[in-house]
Amino acid sequence: MQQEDKALKDRVREIPGLQMEGEDRGILTLSVGPQHPGSGHFRLIIKVDGDIIAEALPDPGYVHRGEEKMCEYRNYIQNIPHLERPMIADSCGILYPYVLAVEELLGIQVPERAKYIRVIMAEINRCIFELYWLAIYGIFLGHSTMFMWPMADRELLIDLAEMASGARVTHAYFVPGGVRNDIPDIFVEKATKHVKYFRSRLKEYESIFYANPLFQARTVNVGVLRREDAINLGATGPVLRASGVEHDIRKAEPYDVYDEMDFKVITMKEGDSYARAYVPWLEMYESVEIILQALEKIPNGPVRIKLGPNPKGGVAEVFKRVEAARGELAYYIVSDGNPKPYRVKLSVPSFRELPVMAHLLKGAKLADMPSIYWSMNYWPVEADR
Amino acid sequence: MSQSTDGLYVENVLADKINSRFGDRIKVSYLKPRRIRIDVSKDHVLELARFVRDELGFDHPISVSGVDYPKRSTIEVVYHIGSCSRDEYRSFVLAFAVHLPRDNPVMPTLIPVYRGVEYHEREVFEMLGVVFEGHPRLERLLLPEDWADIPPLLKDFHIKGREE
Repeated sequence: MQQEDKALKDRVREIPGLQMEGEDRGILTLSVGPQHPGSGHFRLIIKVDGDIIAEALPDPGYVHRGEEKMCEYRNYIQNIPHLERPMIADSCGILYPYVLAVEELLGIQVPERAKYIRVIMAEINRCIFELYWLAIYGIFLGHSTMFMWPMADRELLIDLAEMASGARVTHAYFVPGGVRNDIPDIFVEKATKHVKYFRSRLKEYESIFYANPLFQARTVNVGVLRREDAINLGATGPVLRASGVEHDIRKAEPYDVYDEMDFKVITMKEGDSYARAYVPWLEMYESVEIILQALEKIPNGPVRIKLGPNPKGGVAEVFKRVEAARGELAYYIVSDGNPKPYRVKLSVPSFRELPVMAHLLKGAKLADMPSIYWSMNYWPVEADR
Repeated sequence: MSQSTDGLYVENVLADKINSRFGDRIKVSYLKPRRIRIDVSKDHVLELARFVRDELGFDHPISVSGVDYPKRSTIEVVYHIGSCSRDEYRSFVLAFAVHLPRDNPVMPTLIPVYRGVEYHEREVFEMLGVVFEGHPRLERLLLPEDWADIPPLLKDFHIKGREE
């Protein structure tokens, strides 16, 4: 028997990526990813003791593109399209703080109509993104209907985004000084109809997904993040709010016309994987409310301030943040007076979730790894930039 | 008082609180609406971080950026910290900047105060070569394993074919 054990251990030792430490305790080091369909382009190095995760070491960087360095070689306008590449599923969310920062740097006042269009597009993108994420969350827990329904409903909103910007996902629609082009006349009527229908569809997710006993069994009380840990680890967005922290940049530091919108900040006390999936769903209702209010109030007028060629700011630094779909997204731009930024730093929510992920996975069961990982709403491409 | 969140009033009060505690060991380098930047030396940065977290409620680490200034032969490490627990400071972002000499950029890690900065500091380490003393895992993070060049966010590093 012992000989068989030893032979097995010897065989295991020869498998690349699978190492055994401490012969007696039998701690296995496993590599999840970077090509694993359940993790995206991201590797988790997991040490398991039996089926308990003793340590989880996130290893990002497989899709690092050097966005920050690229920014230093292009002027403020040329930077727009490549900056949305890290997060194409929420391309308005990742561009929003950039254009706000550049506007502050250049001292531009944005037309009222553009502010409303931006809020509408940002909220449409929030829903597009949350649906995409919920779909993947569903399929990786084995719920294939939950993959198909959000993907289908997402098309409605993508149609709206396409109507406004001309592109389905990578819009490059926000520019310093407003938005690239005005929305067509029919947009307000279509958008009202679409988001109202979308709101009626949202209700269905309760019975098919959130009330599903299988989904609940895999997520309730799994990966509980306490309030203090969430704050100290720098968690943001739905992850933070699911742990009972009422912090939303749209309310805390309103930008554009968010201060005129009436909406609630959704929080839950539980802090488990279920709450982290439930909060974004409730937030989509609030997004629909914001879109409907903005569509009603939207004024007429210009949508863009024309900038001269190669606009430049003074010697200054700006720090701007917005609430993107995954949480607080911030840009820190240092300008030395040239048309190209001296330094651009993207602080993205996914990157801030790395320490949270390591914290939550430690001590969890290996089988709970997918539900914790996907509830974090982590996007490798965004984290790597 | 409610108006004060928009003007410079709260900013001044905050800066005074920090100034009265630290005196000439720090320098408030600017005050803008809801943004305060403090220049601090690496010897006092831990004390400052503990003070703003425990006494002022700035408990939410947002980002850590490194900026290279070859003309001044300085590397600046800028911590951006927000507040989640105090409603009056929720809209504020505090930045503390640590100036390090370019030939020997070493500073203590802030993980004991903000656990969330672990990966941010690792990124600054590999992108600008700043060494954070006491960091448990100061290893390569985003760059490829076979990267054999200088840290890429230094101004000496140029993208191929785009040298100025």
